[in-house]
Amino acid sequence: MGGRVVTVTSGKGGVGKTTTTANLGVALARLGKKVVMIDADIGLRNLDIVMGLENRIVYDLVDVVEGRAKVKQAMIKHKQFPDLYLIPAAQTRDKSAVSPADMVQLCNELRKEYDFIVIDSPAGIERGFRNALAPADDIVIVTNPEVSAVRDADRVIGLIEAENKGPARLILNRVKMDMVRKGEMMSADDVTDILGIKLIGMVPDDEGVVSASNNGSPVALDDKSRSGQAYRNIARRLNGEEVSFMQLDSSSGLFTKIGRLFGGK
Amino acid sequence: MSSFWERLFGRAPDKENSASAAKRRLQFVLVHDRINLPPDIMAAMKQEILDVISKYVQVNEDSIDIALHPSEGDNLNLLVAEVPFIKSRMMPKPDLEEDDDLDDLENPVA
Repeated sequence: MGGRVVTVTSGKGGVGKTTTTANLGVALARLGKKVVMIDADIGLRNLDIVMGLENRIVYDLVDVVEGRAKVKQAMIKHKQFPDLYLIPAAQTRDKSAVSPADMVQLCNELRKEYDFIVIDSPAGIERGFRNALAPADDIVIVTNPEVSAVRDADRVIGLIEAENKGPARLILNRVKMDMVRKGEMMSADDVTDILGIKLIGMVPDDEGVVSASNNGSPVALDDKSRSGQAYRNIARRLNGEEVSFMQLDSSSGLFTKIGRLFGGK
Repeated sequence: MSSFWERLFGRAPDKENSASAAKRRLQFVLVHDRINLPPDIMAAMKQEILDVISKYVQVNEDSIDIALHPSEGDNLNLLVAEVPFIKSRMMPKPDLEEDDDLDDLENPVA
């Protein structure tokens, strides 16, 4: 059968690609899958630190591409999941060190042995993005319910179509339901209407994500975390399961609204 | 300050909140982003449209608006031209039947 390559991209920086990649990797591993995550940002390494694997790097993606290391030598095994690996980014400033063809070749090798290869795309629409896109079977676009992020996501959708890839699916990250209710933040329906792609998941804004990064332990490992639950659901959908969307708005009933009118929370 | 009804049922339909403004603005800007027409080409297109319309009607140049709009539901976009005009530039064509009627009117059969 062969593994699936999932590329996580966005256009805009800072919307949550790396967090998403880390959490999808961990969530898929929790489902028993064999997973390799690739940090495709040449020059700005960050998937490693979010995963808590920053002091285990020996070889990186560029070492593999340029033949200084075999793939397995660059793959860092996760402490908790023996079938979850990371190939870290290089710290070189030479953006041309990796080509789309290199990525396709690498992924073809990895597909033989692993169920999922999750690629953290860099921000932007240049070489790094094209590298991450080239081997993709599934493409996930991460965006925030915010004008500049959505605009950039639209541009990326256009570029993906131009490459005859896709259709991509949307992860709407950092949703604040109280703001959506007040009409001060776009909803998932608003964003999918605008972009014309299907939603694969919504992740609530969660301070726990920051603490999780601080500790190098992605929220998908935390059963009590709502953002973790959202990521776990997305992983299940990627795996072909139908999972209903979380009720992000925990207090949306009519009686709760009436309660609030009379000064309730 | 939100009214009783707004707080009970959510957004007031007649006021545009910031989320609706964002959606509306994005839909407009994306029409332009996606169409990928550079501004000078857009300007040339608009001018040519105007030149053609002006051949047939006398336009009020100050109140012309030619813009790209998003379309509801489907994936198409609309080029919407609002061209207020004063009167037609074309003369009506003479018609044999009309002449006959006029003759009858001028020379009614008793």
